[in-house]
Amino acid sequence: MSKRTVELELATPGVDARGEPLRVPLGVAEPDLGTEHMLINIGPQHPATHGVLRLVVELDGETVVRVIPHLGYLHSGFEKLGEYRHYNQIIPLTDRTDYLSPMANNVGFALAAEKLMGITITPRCTVLRVIACEMSRIISHMVWLGTTSIDLGAFTPFLWAFQERERIYNLQEMWTGARLTTSVTRVGGMMADVPDDFVAGLRHFTRTFPKTLSEIDRVLTRNAVWVGRTQGVGVLTAAEAINHSLSGPMLRASGVAYDVRKDKPYLDYETYDFDVVVGEHGDVYDRYLVRLEECSQANRILQQALDRLPDGPVNIADPRVILPPKSRAMNDMEAMIYHFKQVMEGVKAPVGEAYVGIENPKGELGTYLVSDGTAKPVRWRIRPPSFINLSALPRMAAGHLLSDLIAINASVDIVMGEVDR
Amino acid sequence: MKHVIETKTVSGQSPNYLLAKFQDLVDWAVNSSRANSLWPMPFGTACCAIEFMATAASRYDFARFGMERQAFSPRQADVLICAGRLPFKLAPVIRRIYDQMPQPKWVISMGACASTGGIFDNYAMVQGIDTIVPVDVYVPGCPPRPEGLLYGVLLLHKKIKGESLFDHVPRREEQPLDDRGLRLPPGEIDEISEPFGNSVHQFRSA
Amino acid sequence: MNPSVDALRATFGTAIGRALESCGDTIVYVARDALLDVMAWLRDTPEQAYDYLVDVTAVEYRDRERPLEVVYGLRSLARRADLRVKVELDPQGDLTVNSVVPVWRGADWLEREAYDMFGITFQGHPDLRRILMWETYTEGFPLRKDFPLRGRFSRAEQVRQALAAHPEAHYSMEELSIAEAYEELPADMKERLRRGEHGKLPDSE
Ligand code: SF4
Repeated sequence: MSKRTVELELATPGVDARGEPLRVPLGVAEPDLGTEHMLINIGPQHPATHGVLRLVVELDGETVVRVIPHLGYLHSGFEKLGEYRHYNQIIPLTDRTDYLSPMANNVGFALAAEKLMGITITPRCTVLRVIACEMSRIISHMVWLGTTSIDLGAFTPFLWAFQERERIYNLQEMWTGARLTTSVTRVGGMMADVPDDFVAGLRHFTRTFPKTLSEIDRVLTRNAVWVGRTQGVGVLTAAEAINHSLSGPMLRASGVAYDVRKDKPYLDYETYDFDVVVGEHGDVYDRYLVRLEECSQANRILQQALDRLPDGPVNIADPRVILPPKSRAMNDMEAMIYHFKQVMEGVKAPVGEAYVGIENPKGELGTYLVSDGTAKPVRWRIRPPSFINLSALPRMAAGHLLSDLIAINASVDIVMGEVDR
Repeated sequence: MKHVIETKTVSGQSPNYLLAKFQDLVDWAVNSSRANSLWPMPFGTACCAIEFMATAASRYDFARFGMERQAFSPRQADVLICAGRLPFKLAPVIRRIYDQMPQPKWVISMGACASTGGIFDNYAMVQGIDTIVPVDVYVPGCPPRPEGLLYGVLLLHKKIKGESLFDHVPRREEQPLDDRGLRLPPGEIDEISEPFGNSVHQFRSA
Repeated sequence: MNPSVDALRATFGTAIGRALESCGDTIVYVARDALLDVMAWLRDTPEQAYDYLVDVTAVEYRDRERPLEVVYGLRSLARRADLRVKVELDPQGDLTVNSVVPVWRGADWLEREAYDMFGITFQGHPDLRRILMWETYTEGFPLRKDFPLRGRFSRAEQVRQALAAHPEAHYSMEELSIAEAYEELPADMKERLRRGEHGKLPDSE
């Protein structure tokens, strides 16, 4: 039922007392027009579903009655593969789950493995991991911003956002040698220390990035089209958000100030000065604002982390966990034996289990590892934030127009590699 | 030894020569137009799709190579770029998209996963999309850099320019699935899908 | 050790099994039949207030003698406390446990995933279907330890079955409309829906 029909049939002006557009009341019988519901299929190969998500939508006219997401089109069996890999060999797999923020995933897995093995990492490594996480947050939110603005009809922010990504990619490449699949952590340390120019490069980035942010802000935040298509759309209240187990920007946009970095701090996040960004209406617009502001908070954290980056080793000194440098492995018998044992047998973890949740750009990324004392986990479970966030989509979209469904789906910020794993 | 070179006098050009010249001209015109305005159908599934997007965005900008317009509908596309891994659940989808594309059509398989299954040698993953659709260019890498993809596109240009309208290459005809519902004989699929490299050593025990 | 364990013991007595600590996280085992009561109590008691369900998953051990565990991660947002609740099931026997969807909506897809990957039936779940694998998937439950890494069938057979699947398969309008009233369905239709018979290939094993 279109807004026009509502006006005619319900004899209301189409807006409520506060001037907000009326949600079409479900269950109000359509007048004499045919009331047969229509079933349409969006995806799995559709530019607006952000990957291979498939939505089967039941429509009453243009109003969404029900959305049934069909997942699994990118199910790659990560968790099964993890049972066949040493702990360090799993790290390359973590890149490929949420491939929009690979470095943060690496950190999440390494933290869980270290908790399981009872390893304390060095101060320099801690700060470097914070840098990795916050860089990931920025590039992930940039992709979100770019693709969502395309969905809602704005192409320019996409190009700006990808320009910023390229700059971070250059830094990532400098550090890890790869643009996307970084595998930057190891159990007990990092794959490498940052190269010489990295700190200067990142400083330059943190100085110039706010300019792009404010440009995006200027183009979108008060843009009539943007505001009209996002405000009041896909609202979730705080209680619903908690009951649906949402996390990350989705939860905070609904007004719940829960951030794992503040509330279950890891990597000394409690010592950084940053704000938890909270929305108040829980609609698509608030999610946009939250993500935009989180970018500048991430930028702040990056600056602080650069200021405090201590000298010293990045890896712990335990030769049973950390590979010796190649030159020593080639010349020193003992180092070679450790090298051989780690490569062939892997690092054994004690019997037990560990769960570590970190605040990924999409939400709380949990890594749950169960060990039976061998070098390969019995179970490697990823708590996928966007999978759980997506499960609220049917709830959010019901009663909205079909075109709003696209905005709502975009606002969840899914990445199918992680939804389907 | 002395070579005797036989010479003949021909009165004018043979008609075959003219025809061949004409065919060359037509091929040149057709192939250059085809190669230089490929409309890609981005079948982006996973991480490689992000690099595909980077290739499309400002810095690498594959519009420079005639791929200005991305066709999100298979019915208006020339080249299917499969960027990312392809699980079995997605196999019928890519096959249908391929079938919906009009001739002439080409396929680029971008990344290790699309080409061979990559690091995912497991129950969920198709071990190479060539078991499902014919592939023209394989771009290696995990993910391939944008330069890599551009190089693959240029290779495809080369391949297209070498084609001829006048010889009946079988790939210019639709290749439907056979009555078993497969593109290749089962033995061949098993052979293509065999584990290789590191995935031979996948054991659960340490 | 999390003080909630003692409170649980005091309230539910023998329904609470052993409790242990691993890497600083408290794990408490709960009898299968008491699960739903325990969960509702944990959420609704003001001193507990575990209002947030972090995760639902399952663990099967390599040791075939050990029971399969269904793992629930709970969190109290206000108190910043975590608790991990486990239910033990016999992997050879009946893998059934009560669904916690009535307590947390967020469990919906997580339980569907555990069903898809381990074959655990969550009783009372509104819409228990496969979520990641397709409906007509016949090879089994991938994360079980007896499931081979590369699946049970040959690659050619897997490709054949995959290509034979209908890319637009979905539930018919009738089935969608009844999904809400799932519990009121006749038993045979429930069974049919659960098996995903809709769209089944005639010659698949
Ligand atoms: S080849 Fe690598 S980057 Fe590309 S989809 Fe596969 S895992 Fe991802």
